[in-house]
Amino acid sequence: MEHLEVLKTYKIYVGGNFPRTESGRYYKVYDSEKELLANACLCSRKDVRNAVKTARGAFGGWKSRSAYNRGQILYRIAEMMESRRAEFESQLSKIGFTATEASADVNASIDRLIYYAGWTDKYQQVFGSVNPVASAHFNFSILDPTGVVGIFAPENSPLLGLVSVVAPVIAGGNTCVVLASEMYPLPSIIFAEVLNSSDVPGGVVNILTGKKEELAEHFSSHVDVNAMMYSDKLSAEMKKLIDENASTSVKRVIKKPVEDWYHEKAQDPYFIIDVQETKTTWHPVGF
Amino acid sequence: MSTSDFSVSTPIDQVSVEERVARLNKRSIKKESKVQALKLALSMMDLTTLEGKDSEGKVVQLCQKAKLPYAPMPDLPKVAAVCVYPTMVRTAKKHVKGSGIQVASVATAFPSGMAPLSVRIDDTKFAVDEGADEVDMVISRGAFLSGEYNLVFDEIAAIKEACGKAHLKVILETGELHTYENVRKASDIAMEAGGDFIKTSTGKISPAATQPVTLVMLEAIRDYYYRTGKMIGMKPAGGIRTAKQALQYLVLVKETLGAAWLNNEYFRFGASSLANDVLMQIVKQQTGQYQSADYFSVD
Repeated sequence: MEHLEVLKTYKIYVGGNFPRTESGRYYKVYDSEKELLANACLCSRKDVRNAVKTARGAFGGWKSRSAYNRGQILYRIAEMMESRRAEFESQLSKIGFTATEASADVNASIDRLIYYAGWTDKYQQVFGSVNPVASAHFNFSILDPTGVVGIFAPENSPLLGLVSVVAPVIAGGNTCVVLASEMYPLPSIIFAEVLNSSDVPGGVVNILTGKKEELAEHFSSHVDVNAMMYSDKLSAEMKKLIDENASTSVKRVIKKPVEDWYHEKAQDPYFIIDVQETKTTWHPVGF
Repeated sequence: MSTSDFSVSTPIDQVSVEERVARLNKRSIKKESKVQALKLALSMMDLTTLEGKDSEGKVVQLCQKAKLPYAPMPDLPKVAAVCVYPTMVRTAKKHVKGSGIQVASVATAFPSGMAPLSVRIDDTKFAVDEGADEVDMVISRGAFLSGEYNLVFDEIAAIKEACGKAHLKVILETGELHTYENVRKASDIAMEAGGDFIKTSTGKISPAATQPVTLVMLEAIRDYYYRTGKMIGMKPAGGIRTAKQALQYLVLVKETLGAAWLNNEYFRFGASSLANDVLMQIVKQQTGQYQSADYFSVD
């Protein structure tokens, strides 16, 4: 019997659901041969607002999970990626990856998740401290997640790059709103499906698709976004816009220039520490 | 004027009520109108704290917020009233003095109302003696559901008498009345027995205020006005948390009763967390930036 091919509708991922953009707008996504691959949501200001709201709602619950449990969940994401590797590889090969490259990209993404899964219950010991003071106090510094992090995912590494920026942020108890690679947004949606089936509470990771040019303003000006993070080279105007908007709410702006996401420097615990705040406590002690 | 025969129900078309609410909710209010509506909503608020853990400090903080909802914008309207338990009335009264803000007190063995009438009357008198400008009473839902409408009527009338000059708001606790017909009937009883306001809920029962229930009550007020020429106020309370919901309620009032009811003499919101969302929306309209709850006072 003849089979009718069913094309997939790529939607966004907000609060553990897959809605369409509220704006009803789309943009065309092409493969490496310039053939039309799919339509992706062209997100608007209100999609950013909704995503930030759900990320804020999820933050309290996520940060109070035990570090060990966050590690388990990151590990679970890796497991689920493994089971859907064929889909990732086929998607990557459509946008110009060879079979070997696609497989290597999925492997590296899974490894990266496991790398940060391991760090969840260790970074606090390594980077927290007990501080010597001259008075009768027990003085110690611990790390607290920054909050809701807005992320511009790397443009040219649609899967490994995406995983590499999201994993350390959520490993440390933050929640995030991610704008996927503009040109290659489709792997991000499959990644969202993986997240959705791997015990990550809804709202911890929210993935939007659309144009940086349009959304930079809304990401950076939203007072409830506590940090902005990007690793690509942005235009001077966009950087200025982000910096200026961020200053009005004292938002952290984290620039992580990474050229090669396979390089060993593309993963280290400082990616986690970038979105942690140090809290120091002076606890009186007797003589 | 003789009272109505409460054994006869006014039929309510459930589907139409819900359809009408859904249709009115599609109204889009933007820009200047939105700012105006948000400020109006703020001025109609009964800032409420009704918890067993209420302390003087909490009530003082509530009063400060009532007078100056958001310090960076001192020109914003004050809220209409603060709503507290009778034992907190004196504290509240002291701290809103001179501001024009009313002090409302729940009374009559709030929230259940399960106490002898004499106790409920004493409760009311205590609140009024302490200085309450408004009294929020609860009706006996058990008696109402058993069909003892005249008993409910007499109780409300007795409380009204105990209120003296204080305004009486009658809480129907619509979440326990089950049908729109019952809501309508309870509204009619409350208005005819002398209530100055009818109010949906205590906030202690879920569901609290809903828009369809509010529409039914607004229509009861409208019909009562046509019949007697007397304007009764409306106060939805409980479960109204977002500015968007507040605007939808204002649309319901405007479309059902008209502009004469669009002020805090005749319409109030009973809420605690709504104020912050309205404030955040007002700031958003002025600065263009979505706000964070971290920058607004918790209580």
